[in-house]
Amino acid sequence: MKVLVIGGGIAGQAVLEAIRERDADIELTLACAEPRLPYDRVALSTLLVSGAEPDTLTLRPASWFEDNRIEVLLNTRIDELTGYDRYVVCTGSDALVPPIPGAQHAHVFRSPEDCAALASATGRAVVIGGGLLGLEAAYGLASLGCETTVVHLTDRLMERQLDDGAARLLTPAMEALGVEVLLEANTQEITPEGVRLADRFLPADTVVISVGIRPQTELARAAGLTVERGIVVDDAMVTSDPRVLAVGECAQHRGVVHGIVAPIHEQAKVAADTICGIDNAYPGSIPTAKLKVMGVDLVTAGAPDGSRAVVVADDSTYRKLIVDGAGNTVGTILLGDIRGAELLMDAVRTGREASDPLALLAEASQATAADLPDSARVCNCHGVCKGEIVDAIRTRGLGSTLEVVSVTRAGAGCGSCKPMVAELLANERGGAAEEATFLCPCRRQTREELAAVVRERELDSVSELSAACGAGRDCGACKPGLSYLVSEIRGNRHREERHARYINDRVHANIQNDGTFSVVPRIRGGVTNADELRRIADVADKYEVPLIKITGGQRIDLLGIKKEQLPAIWEELDMPSGHAYAKAVRTVKTCVGTSFCRFGLGDAMKVGIELESAMEGLYTPHKVKGAVTGCPRNCAEAYVKDIGLVAVEGGWEIYVGGAAGATVRKGDVLATVDTSDEAIRLSLAFLQHYRESAEYLERTYAYIERVGIEPVREAVMADLDGLLERYRIAKAAADPDPWRERHAPVHPKQFSELDSEPELVGPPAEGAR
Amino acid sequence: MTAIADPTWTLVGRVEDVPLLEGRTTSIDGRRIAIFRLLDGLAAIDAHCPHAMGPLADGIVADSCVTCPLHGRRFDLRSGLALNGDESVTVHEVRDEDGEIWVRLS
Repeated sequence: MKVLVIGGGIAGQAVLEAIRERDADIELTLACAEPRLPYDRVALSTLLVSGAEPDTLTLRPASWFEDNRIEVLLNTRIDELTGYDRYVVCTGSDALVPPIPGAQHAHVFRSPEDCAALASATGRAVVIGGGLLGLEAAYGLASLGCETTVVHLTDRLMERQLDDGAARLLTPAMEALGVEVLLEANTQEITPEGVRLADRFLPADTVVISVGIRPQTELARAAGLTVERGIVVDDAMVTSDPRVLAVGECAQHRGVVHGIVAPIHEQAKVAADTICGIDNAYPGSIPTAKLKVMGVDLVTAGAPDGSRAVVVADDSTYRKLIVDGAGNTVGTILLGDIRGAELLMDAVRTGREASDPLALLAEASQATAADLPDSARVCNCHGVCKGEIVDAIRTRGLGSTLEVVSVTRAGAGCGSCKPMVAELLANERGGAAEEATFLCPCRRQTREELAAVVRERELDSVSELSAACGAGRDCGACKPGLSYLVSEIRGNRHREERHARYINDRVHANIQNDGTFSVVPRIRGGVTNADELRRIADVADKYEVPLIKITGGQRIDLLGIKKEQLPAIWEELDMPSGHAYAKAVRTVKTCVGTSFCRFGLGDAMKVGIELESAMEGLYTPHKVKGAVTGCPRNCAEAYVKDIGLVAVEGGWEIYVGGAAGATVRKGDVLATVDTSDEAIRLSLAFLQHYRESAEYLERTYAYIERVGIEPVREAVMADLDGLLERYRIAKAAADPDPWRERHAPVHPKQFSELDSEPELVGPPAEGAR
Repeated sequence: MTAIADPTWTLVGRVEDVPLLEGRTTSIDGRRIAIFRLLDGLAAIDAHCPHAMGPLADGIVADSCVTCPLHGRRFDLRSGLALNGDESVTVHEVRDEDGEIWVRLS
């Protein structure tokens, strides 16, 4: 069966997802009139406040459509219904523009283009319409610094959702955010200079109309479907033509056109059932609303008034519960204090019997996530209930809020329910919720998941890993991380692929802002000699090196080197790579220690050189800087290094997780030992533990802050011999000096462009490294 | 050897001069162009990132995009459009004729 979904909004996306969940074989095509994949229109107003790119609102990445075999036609407006077996019309709605003279001078607020046009608004702004969307637009404009006025036709804001009491509190709440509110104000005319009301003229640089929606029914009319206010559908979401369904703001069900998100998801599920031949009926939705304005908490559900109601209110909060004649809950309004909103919305949705409505209000204000019934809807944007979330956490073993959001979609809309999702997760996991970090964010795969694939299938390269699970194919940003992962797990016996490395690791030099590179030879412990200095000076002369800089790591940096010059310069330096360009062990700084210093307790230079030799050449999750200092005066700054050894009376202290970059942190003492050999052994074991356990691009200080020093200490001590053995294997297989590729480049063009050649390097000297 | 007779096309090198999933640059009419070798063919774009002149040929290449090595701007190699910004780079026509890379500037 071939199904065409028309419309790239939340409704179209929801229909596609619901159909795919039920049937893997139906051929699906999505036609979007706009030049972009389906995006979250509900969140548009947040763009004004956050200044983020419209792309951030995309509901699913392009890869999702590929993975689910959905053909996407962008920029495609469908004029007739032909060529497919079934059609789902999800054309949504346009902004309703009332016939006010001069309306062409006003903006509407429906698309990213509208949003972009408003993003540069300055001066005075007037928003016509004090409903949910109008208030959100007004808040957005006020956040941009506009002097903003809302002009509303009736005597209270959001009159469809609020009663008089709540509306009377909402007006000052909006005014406190810098939005002036004019009620019972009838707009007579819009001019380029502003808005004319019956009794005055409001000058304005920007005018926005937000008075409601007009279902987009052009295609339906052209196709001869029955259209009233919206496209008329029955309980199976089928229109007057049995081949055609309609879902979302374009559809009219039992006389109602829903202009909010939650019903769309309920309708989409029923529509998918209908297409898949499953009997189901959409009973209609109870209207709910949540105002997305920072500092004004407002949630409503159901009717604002009824036969009986209780209100608990003070100067700034208003909590109301409405019951019908039979004592069943039919509505709620929560303003300023929305505790228990999920519980009360569930009570409205299920018509919960409330013989004592005041007691129910009180119960709700105490409710925690654990108290909610499984039927309580946590995410109104995607219509996800507590039961579904808890079930997903249990059956799929989800461990982080991010994962729960990604699997259940709860929190993927406006995001206001994310704290509740996190709370549910914490409940399920006994409080031990932890945010996962995706090594490949495109495919949402964690380091642990990918590591398991590498181990189980004994993969040797990034390409094999990409082929196995897609990681690294979409944006490529994680390829260096995957390279590290594969090399670490295979103990450096992996198949090296340069395309998966940063340019720095392809040419073993650090790229600079002008596209040139820097060259830092290894000077272990910062100890050098006249010969090395002379060669460095000769190279600087011969190649007219633009800048020579002493680094903070006690080395010498030659800057402004062209890629083609690298092999020849390395040859003439005749020193090994300092790995100053890599996520690897960089340097071990030292002080002069016992050699000349009057205060030195330990031989810092000798121990530092030993430690650097033992650690160099190994790639790590992030760069690793070390230091060895001969006494607690700490001249080598060992307290603030990833690994720092400090000589003390009678032994050595080992500090780990220190930092003196963007973050400044004194390291934690891993251990205090008697000899420098023991100190080096423990340092290497810690380094291997870090290599095996930290997330890619997680410095030691971030890792230790995340897991705590105590578990790290236990892990290192408990598996000391195992860590050192795995370290030895990895070190033995590591290339100690990648600069030797000057003699054997991995590709003839490794160091050059199509129209250039690398400067020549002679064959390696007899007995050379 | 198939030479393209049309003088608007320029021979810039051989396909094997560009390692798989990497990029290399060349000059055509005084303009630096980056050529990429993808799993499903070649791509050619202007060599410099419009943001800060970063050398795009040195970026990490995925199935159909390249990430600038300086500040991470990401460009679709078929459309030239930035995937995380407003910028774009010019895309040029490129052909593989019996292992020779031919480019025609847009």
